[in-house]
Amino acid sequence: MTTETTRVVPTASTRGITAYRGYRPPPGMISWALHRITGLGVLLFLLLHIVDIFLVNYGPEVFNELLFLYRHPVFRIGEIVLVGGLYYHAANGVRIILIDFWPAAYRYERQLFYGVIAVFLAGFIPTAFLMIRAMLVAGGHA
Amino acid sequence: MTTVRPHIGRERPSGGFELYSWYFFRLSGLLLIFLAIGHVVIMHVVNTVDEIDWQFVADRWNSPFWRAYDWLMLFLALLHGLNGARLAVDDYVRPQGWRVFAHSVLWTLALVFLIIGSLAVLTFDPSKFEVVAHTGG
Repeated sequence: MTTETTRVVPTASTRGITAYRGYRPPPGMISWALHRITGLGVLLFLLLHIVDIFLVNYGPEVFNELLFLYRHPVFRIGEIVLVGGLYYHAANGVRIILIDFWPAAYRYERQLFYGVIAVFLAGFIPTAFLMIRAMLVAGGHA
Repeated sequence: MTTVRPHIGRERPSGGFELYSWYFFRLSGLLLIFLAIGHVVIMHVVNTVDEIDWQFVADRWNSPFWRAYDWLMLFLALLHGLNGARLAVDDYVRPQGWRVFAHSVLWTLALVFLIIGSLAVLTFDPSKFEVVAHTGG
């Protein structure tokens, strides 16, 4: 309890998350990590997706037989996560290209990151709403 | 007055294969924003996995436009994604032998998946299965 004496007296600005005095990653680190994780995730799905679409060549029985996989609730939630990952990757990709080709963009690093989050949410909220609704409708029929 | 630009993001490579890959990464990314998000909206939001089946794909690939769209997307997405994986390998895999191995795996994946993806998009012939589809259904 020796640290007790050096503790900051809680005020309005030091309560909650702002009271946390440890390491806080800068926006560039968060956006980079998310970009890499979403990119590799989408790639993994792409490889699976190429294999499944290859099976159309084996006719309707084989192809339709395997669709139960994509209609499974776990997979449908994964599908929504996948679309979210893709949207983030696209929005942040635009930020990366801006920084690459517009030398002054580094001054607006934080604003650009908030812009990415805004664009992501503007796209993902309606998409996720429609996908969840379709999933619940399908679930009701089953 | 000159201001020194701090290092933000990955530095542009000075030339050779890495510079081509750098430009390809950005150009394919821009095109994929339209191709991949268009694809997702059509296939996962407007239509859903409940409507999509073999017949849906057969009807869609009746149009050369959608075959060209899907083939371009396959090509760009696969090379864009594997290029990203290649950069991740360069970041994390240090020992020389493992690097050679990982790069070989990625190039092999590129080749194999481009071939099977192209076979699906370009050689799919729904009329082959007309009889089967009718007797089966």
